[in-house]
Amino acid sequence: MILLLLLAFPVLGALILRFAGDQKTAGTIATGVSAVSALASIFLYINFSPQGGFQHEYSLAWIPELGISFHIGIDGLSLAMVLLTNLLTPLILLSSFNNQIKSYKTFYGLILLMQFALTGVFTALDGFLFYVFWELALIPIWFICLLWGGKERVKITLRFFIYTLSGSLLMLLGLIYLVIQMPGDSASFSLQDIYTVQLNPEQQSWLFWAFFLAFAIKIPVFPFHSWQPDTYTDSPVQGTMILSGIMLKMGLYGILRWMLPVIPVGVEEWGSTAAALAVAGIVYASLMAMAQSDFKRLIAYSSIAHVGVIAAAIFTLNIEALQGSVFQMVSHGVNVIGIFLVADILERYTGTRNMNAQGGLVTDSRLFAVTFMIILLGSVALPLTNGFVGEFLMLTGLFKYSASLTMFAGLTVVLGAVYMLRSYQKIMLGDRHIEKSKSITLSTSESVILVLVGLVILVMGVFPEGLLKLTEPAVMDIIKLSQLK
Amino acid sequence: MESLLWIIPVLPFIGFLINGIFGNKVPRSLSGIIASVAVLGGFIVSLLLFISLLGDENLSFTSKYFTWFHVGDLKLDMAFMVDRLTSVMLLVITGVGFLIHVYSIGYMHDDKDYSRFFAYLNLFVFFMLLLVMGSNYVLMFVGWEGVGLCSYLLIGFWFTNNNFNDAAKKAFIMNRIGDLGFLLGMFLIYQTFGSLNFDEVHSNAMTYAYGQPVLTTITLLLFVGAMGKSAQIPLFTWLPDAMAGPTPVSALIHAATMVTAGIYMIVRANVLFTLSVFTPEFIAVIGLLTALLAAFIGLKQNDIKKVLAYSTVSQLGFMFVALGVGAYTTALFHVVTHAFFKGLLFLCAGSVIHAMGGEQDIRKMGGLSAKLPVTHLTFLIGTLAIAGLPPFAGFFSKDEILVKVFASSPWMYGALALASVLTAIYMFRLYFVTFKGQFRGSHHQEEHLHESPPSMTFPLIVLAILSALGGFIGIPEIFHAPNLISEYLAPVTHFSSSYSARAVSHETEIILLVSTLLFLLVAIWFVYNKYVKRQAIPEPDEDIAGFGKTLAGKFYVDEIYTYLIEKPLNAISGLGYKFIETGLIKGVVDGTAQVVGALGLGIRTIQTGKTGTYLFAMVIALIAFMVIKFMI
Repeated sequence: MILLLLLAFPVLGALILRFAGDQKTAGTIATGVSAVSALASIFLYINFSPQGGFQHEYSLAWIPELGISFHIGIDGLSLAMVLLTNLLTPLILLSSFNNQIKSYKTFYGLILLMQFALTGVFTALDGFLFYVFWELALIPIWFICLLWGGKERVKITLRFFIYTLSGSLLMLLGLIYLVIQMPGDSASFSLQDIYTVQLNPEQQSWLFWAFFLAFAIKIPVFPFHSWQPDTYTDSPVQGTMILSGIMLKMGLYGILRWMLPVIPVGVEEWGSTAAALAVAGIVYASLMAMAQSDFKRLIAYSSIAHVGVIAAAIFTLNIEALQGSVFQMVSHGVNVIGIFLVADILERYTGTRNMNAQGGLVTDSRLFAVTFMIILLGSVALPLTNGFVGEFLMLTGLFKYSASLTMFAGLTVVLGAVYMLRSYQKIMLGDRHIEKSKSITLSTSESVILVLVGLVILVMGVFPEGLLKLTEPAVMDIIKLSQLK
Repeated sequence: MESLLWIIPVLPFIGFLINGIFGNKVPRSLSGIIASVAVLGGFIVSLLLFISLLGDENLSFTSKYFTWFHVGDLKLDMAFMVDRLTSVMLLVITGVGFLIHVYSIGYMHDDKDYSRFFAYLNLFVFFMLLLVMGSNYVLMFVGWEGVGLCSYLLIGFWFTNNNFNDAAKKAFIMNRIGDLGFLLGMFLIYQTFGSLNFDEVHSNAMTYAYGQPVLTTITLLLFVGAMGKSAQIPLFTWLPDAMAGPTPVSALIHAATMVTAGIYMIVRANVLFTLSVFTPEFIAVIGLLTALLAAFIGLKQNDIKKVLAYSTVSQLGFMFVALGVGAYTTALFHVVTHAFFKGLLFLCAGSVIHAMGGEQDIRKMGGLSAKLPVTHLTFLIGTLAIAGLPPFAGFFSKDEILVKVFASSPWMYGALALASVLTAIYMFRLYFVTFKGQFRGSHHQEEHLHESPPSMTFPLIVLAILSALGGFIGIPEIFHAPNLISEYLAPVTHFSSSYSARAVSHETEIILLVSTLLFLLVAIWFVYNKYVKRQAIPEPDEDIAGFGKTLAGKFYVDEIYTYLIEKPLNAISGLGYKFIETGLIKGVVDGTAQVVGALGLGIRTIQTGKTGTYLFAMVIALIAFMVIKFMI
């Protein structure tokens, strides 16, 4: 039941927002509602006993003729993603307090709807329901980017929308195909039934590419990423945070939940190709990041590189890499929110995203300088930050799978340092190009977010077991299921 | 004793927090005292540990605090382990570290960011302690990267200067290249031994036969890490640039402690290295080349800190040669003496720069001995020690390295002896040009020449005593006195010593010793003649010609890297962004969309809405259909 509440809260909140008077009230209500969800998800975490199988299941027949039901539930993996979604949303909302937002009611409402749809994606145990939530999640974010984006928003969001939508259609075809292959007349979209479908290698190969393309576009994996840098750069920062912090994990989650255990033979056949693409993307995106002078766009490319490591690690199907991937999905979500907030603050105060026009800002605000540095260190995976635990585990697992792929994937350690330190130097150190009057002063909400993000980066880096133990049984389940058939 | 381990790193960490959080609200005088006391506390505990380890030779203290992460077979704990190797490193880090902290109180007195400085310095000590105390490879790596971070922060301490920032960034990135090797090495260790804990890996490795290829791969990868951290060819160019940091930083991080982490790592993993073919020889050759190259460059440098920096690179090369021939304890002996005399020399250089108002070019100094008596005398002791003259510290450790190398390979001995003669030449050149002859600075500088305050001279004096007498912990066998450090460290390399038991006869050792000494004395006499008797001053940059120009230009290694790596990489990324990213990939995707759109436009024209057109189309289609059917 608590899952239903978790789904219902944001929708109710979005409705209540209609009655909000000004932006401040609306923002407070939205943040309050999402904070309640956050508390509810923490409550879930506390009362969750990590073990195999799903918990808190709820099922209701929806379209019985087609074997579709409203079936939700969570295991450790789902819970980790639910936590990520519900803990980040209040922070994302909080980050908007310093921006003037037109049609703020709609804006906040759409963010809450995102929270609803994303929670749905991560808890759905029915293929059709999963697809519905998956597409539902696309609509509010599309509006957010389209209505509150930058100059090029119409063209960019159109590309983003069509690109990801065509990927999703492939996934829908794949799901339907799976259901048709079920023995006898019994059609069922239930996850458990889909797991039992027997397919020959050729069928699995086709399905692999149908699913992989859908998820690869979402993540995005090289070379299906061309929608991402523009969209990240041009969207309002809250939209970018949702896209990079939470939404791209839909694709990774999809691979883990709906792909690896369903078509293990196809994964066996093509997984190494997918991993190689992802690794190529790491090097490629790192090089692209080095060519940027727009800080936001640089982060967009660095994000492709970071999730490339995750995507590559997922296909190795060993415990180290998979645990590392899930851990890094959470870490990346937290860190990327922090870094995009940093980018937003910088843009607001300096009036530019061009790093060459900034410089010497380190003396403005000590808190800003320190938290920016901590987030940067998390991003370059320095030990004792969350980024290290995730990357170390993933690369350890990837090394078991392929030493040569790991050598290339490991270049992220060097190249990441190159472009991140270069940007810190250009923005924060050296000579100042901005007038002293425009010095950075953090608002309370910004300070809260930056401090929280910084703390989470360090706490997760020193005490990662809290999350790793949560996801371990679920990850073991996935590995076992992927080896059965 | 186990219960005390945590105190050592936690104290400087608390110091870091106090200075870091409260910043300049901490009174200026208190800031440095807090930082220094934190390290002193660690030193006292380290001393206790050292003493309690004296008794039982297989004793080591371990203490587990909590599970860091357990995934699959990978079981990593936050756990410390102090054996005799660690205990020696602890004494050096906290002992020399404390002195340099005290020195910094005087040196950084006028800097507005003194609390940030001490915060970083304490953080560095914390990570350095983690590096040597961790009980598994990954914890060592935590310290390893942590000290790299602090090095980055401290090189770029004066952040308004972008040259300094560039130097800091270069240090971090070059170290990261090495760290990638370290990481891959760890992955392979885990794959091979199913663990990354020292005790499990090493005891498991002892069951391996000599010469397993996987061991060679592992050790080569680990050595890549050591190349980065300990500035060996080809990853050495960051260290001279790192002199951009405040001088106490150069003394502590870039001379006495951090850069010796690579040596610590190899001694720690000596089982793996001893059982490997090829790697030891490779290490010895790299070390030898580095020792020679850096010594040659040192001959023509005129920046007081640059000379010392290249000297550090060269001395680290000596240590790697020792490691390469299996003389692990000897390498560590040199780590200890080097920490004394190189720490001392850097602090003296700081005192000189302090007195000269920031000047670092020795051509503008000269005759400083009268105005800076303490600095002068201690610098002389440091010079005698590094040059390897008896009975100063460097003599014992360097002699031990040379003898061990001779036992392995006489030609390497020859080359290394040449490097040690070069050391004496550039060091005495530095000493004479700086302290002897006429003062060549400005009138203004001359008026302000002064000896440094006691907080700065006290560490100089202590380190000078250690540099003078520290060598007696490792007396050569020919003198029939116990070699204390080698005996103390024997259990650490117990396994390896059964493999490399080559020794030279006493007669040979005496011949080697005396001949090296003679060469040294001739070299020093030559330098004395040139710079003191004939009062020569190193020529201005534009007058340097021939081979000297190549030396002054540091063999143009930096330029080679710029044109071979940095520029191509930037070009690839720039061109790739232009042509592949925006051209090809985006082009294909948008092109697909345009094709679909165009098709839609084309097909739309068919939907004319006129019945005649539709009928016509229907008839054509029917005919076509029948024709096809008929033909098949």
